[in-house]
Amino acid sequence: MSADQTKKPSSTEGNHGEGETRRDFLYLTAAAFGAVGAGSFAWPLIDQMNPAADTLALSSTEVDLSPIEEGQAITVMWRGKPVFIRHRTAKEIEEAKAVDLGELRDPQTDEERVQEGHEKWLVMVGICTHLGCVPLGQKNADVKGEYDGWFCPCHGSHYDSSGRIRKGPAPTNMAIPDYTFINDTMIKIG
Amino acid sequence: MSSGNREKLDNPVMEWVDSRLPIFSLLQKEYGIFPTPKNFNYFWNFGAIAMVMLSLMIITGIVLAMSYAANTEIAFDSVERIMRDVNHGWLLRYLHSNGASFFFIAVYIHIFRGMYYGSYKQPRELLWMLGVLIFLLMMATAFMGYVLPWGQMSFWGATVITNLFSAIPLVGDSIVTLLWGGFSVDNPTLNRFFALHYLFPFLIVGVVFLHVWALHVTGSNNPLGIEPKGKQDTLPFHPYYTMKDSFGIVVFLIIFAGFVFFAPNYMGHPDNYIPANPLVTPTHIVPEWYFLPFYAILRAITFDIAIPFTGLVLCPAKLGGVLLMFGSIAMLFILPFLDKHPVRSARFRPWYKIALILFVINAFVLGVCGGKPAEGFWVPLAQLCTVYYFAFFVVIIPFLNKKEPVVPLPNSINEAVLNKNTKAAS
Amino acid sequence: MMIKFTLTLLVVVLSFSPLAQAGESSHAVEKQNWGFNGPFGTFDRGALQRGFQVYTQVCSACHSMKYLSYRNLSDLGYDESQIKAIAAENTTIDMNELDEEGEPIERPMRPSDAFKNPYKNDQQAKYANSGALPPDLSLIAKARAGGPDYLYGLLTGYEEPPEGVVLASGQHWNKVMAGNKIAMANPLSDDVVGYSDGSPTTAAQYSKDVSEFLMWAAEPKMEIRKRTGIKVILFLLVFAGLMYAVKRKIWADVKK
Repeated sequence: MSADQTKKPSSTEGNHGEGETRRDFLYLTAAAFGAVGAGSFAWPLIDQMNPAADTLALSSTEVDLSPIEEGQAITVMWRGKPVFIRHRTAKEIEEAKAVDLGELRDPQTDEERVQEGHEKWLVMVGICTHLGCVPLGQKNADVKGEYDGWFCPCHGSHYDSSGRIRKGPAPTNMAIPDYTFINDTMIKIG
Repeated sequence: MSSGNREKLDNPVMEWVDSRLPIFSLLQKEYGIFPTPKNFNYFWNFGAIAMVMLSLMIITGIVLAMSYAANTEIAFDSVERIMRDVNHGWLLRYLHSNGASFFFIAVYIHIFRGMYYGSYKQPRELLWMLGVLIFLLMMATAFMGYVLPWGQMSFWGATVITNLFSAIPLVGDSIVTLLWGGFSVDNPTLNRFFALHYLFPFLIVGVVFLHVWALHVTGSNNPLGIEPKGKQDTLPFHPYYTMKDSFGIVVFLIIFAGFVFFAPNYMGHPDNYIPANPLVTPTHIVPEWYFLPFYAILRAITFDIAIPFTGLVLCPAKLGGVLLMFGSIAMLFILPFLDKHPVRSARFRPWYKIALILFVINAFVLGVCGGKPAEGFWVPLAQLCTVYYFAFFVVIIPFLNKKEPVVPLPNSINEAVLNKNTKAAS
Repeated sequence: MMIKFTLTLLVVVLSFSPLAQAGESSHAVEKQNWGFNGPFGTFDRGALQRGFQVYTQVCSACHSMKYLSYRNLSDLGYDESQIKAIAAENTTIDMNELDEEGEPIERPMRPSDAFKNPYKNDQQAKYANSGALPPDLSLIAKARAGGPDYLYGLLTGYEEPPEGVVLASGQHWNKVMAGNKIAMANPLSDDVVGYSDGSPTTAAQYSKDVSEFLMWAAEPKMEIRKRTGIKVILFLLVFAGLMYAVKRKIWADVKK
């Protein structure tokens, strides 16, 4: 269908010049229309693989924080992944803030990882950034690693009380999902 | 398909490929050179149009299968999810459901063209028979596809059509049980129909390949029905017919789009928006429109065939209907061997032309009968039309073989085209 | 030749359609002048919202709409907080959220939840309606020949039975229903639903609004479908013109 293939065997007979140009323009326009048409048809075929409306509707979760006492943590499911929500103690917050950024593999201040005015709440995707295991540290009895945070039993990554990687093979800090405080005790993740 | 006496290509990459797999040489030979009669009318577009519809059906079908679930519990829900939640799902489904209808429209016109211009005659018998095989596979595919949404018509259509096989003496019931994978149309049936509905289009692609291959051996027929005698009678397929076909395809797509976007449920049945219910039969079961003539033939046999006075039933009504329905397609299959008249095109066969036009009208009337309840006036009408359907093949055509005069044909395509144009000019 | 043929074909195909032969109900359904008719038709947001109100206050007592979720109401012109409030008017027992004792909790409904089903299952629905199952209304406008015209006709089609006709208990006479006998009592009468936008609170208006709402519910993508269709057809018309010109140029020196 491309224009350059549509040259006729008999096109050498006399109609050179302007006629020729006009014809080439016509062929190019037709080919362009064909290409645009094919492209517009292809898009729905590809886009249908993106999450459907019902999937997107379930992509945010509201969580009530009021039952979580200081020093406790809960795990909620969000988009098929565990999200750790920790009500941090003053000691844990202080430890997290005191860290010198220079000693971090993935430098991030504690302020960047929590929301202003809600420093006691740490909300993060509870998946080790190494190979996708779920770290320990949510329950009081769990091993919390050397930095009073989380410890991934798979390959020994240690996270601090801000969820930052401190030791072990994981390359980055545990991810912070998009979330907003609807009020002081209610957050919407996603 | 051989690599013998291949011309070298200028582009080194194409040359590299072509010397190892002569795909460009093949395309050049089969499309760039392929001598095609220069007098095609627009009826010759419908092969290409059917090809486009087949591709569209396969593409949209594969995409729909990504969201469809072949389980009786959720099949209907999954289709509704496609319609409401999947991105562009409504478009893909309406393209697919209306696409089936338009595929049949294209193929029916293609078949009609073959019959009108005698394209099935020697030496194109096998080409024609492969075409009938494609048609048969299409019917099977369309039937199974209609079952997948698991609405009322899906379920009862599947029940009625699979029950046809119970008409076969002795083994009929066992065959039906085998088809169902149980004792009624149920989850195993839906599952296998989905598997086969996914497979059959690729079989169709295979037979289409053979069909086109056979076409490229004999070359195309043309409206005059006389073979090209030399270069003056033909044109290379590309660009003359690629561009003419493209134009026809776009026009066809406009009509298709009109239905998809503005009347997407016109050719469907409201009952198929009711989830399947094995306890409630719809008052009036009809197949999709493209099966209606055959459905009418099936229902036309309302009587047993028995030996008079003995009460010995040779062929019960149910078996008779089934035999005739499959027989109606078998007639198409053997048409090249029934029609021995030396002239191909109906242009030069006035008697055949009348018989064929009556055949087409007859097919439409059968279609209308198929859509009506089998009662009253419609039953004898369907029977009459069934008689004509078969008479056309086994009585009229053999009769015309002997009696229809052979008129002198134009000397060549070129001469006929030139004569026509000078006549039009004067 | 070709054009004539195509037109004949179209006419024949159209006359074949089951919709064209909708002669099955005992009373011809009168066509209404809907705003969503025709290639440029759109739904009237006011009518949809009123229709939803009629559904909620009347129909939803017996009829489910299981393919609709509260989030879909954004099509009707409601914003997120309104939808949340509408959803939260109902509660659901969530099998995925357990309390400490392992019992599923009852919680307010969310926008992502499907419309509240008035019954736990079909059996309960039948039992509560003396054996007649009230059909799910999500697709009813597409599942009946005549669509919204039929629904409007049915809702306004209740009459006194003609003389000599005996109705069994639980049966009602409707001129549009196939067979004229319907298990549903006339659900609408004047002033049963209060409208806040000043529309007349008559049974006819309720019927019209709820029919339009049900059409939207059955075919929520109708507006985008028609909009896309106009663009596609315009594109194809121009493309066809171009291809015709290309074909003519290429064939220019073949036909002498």
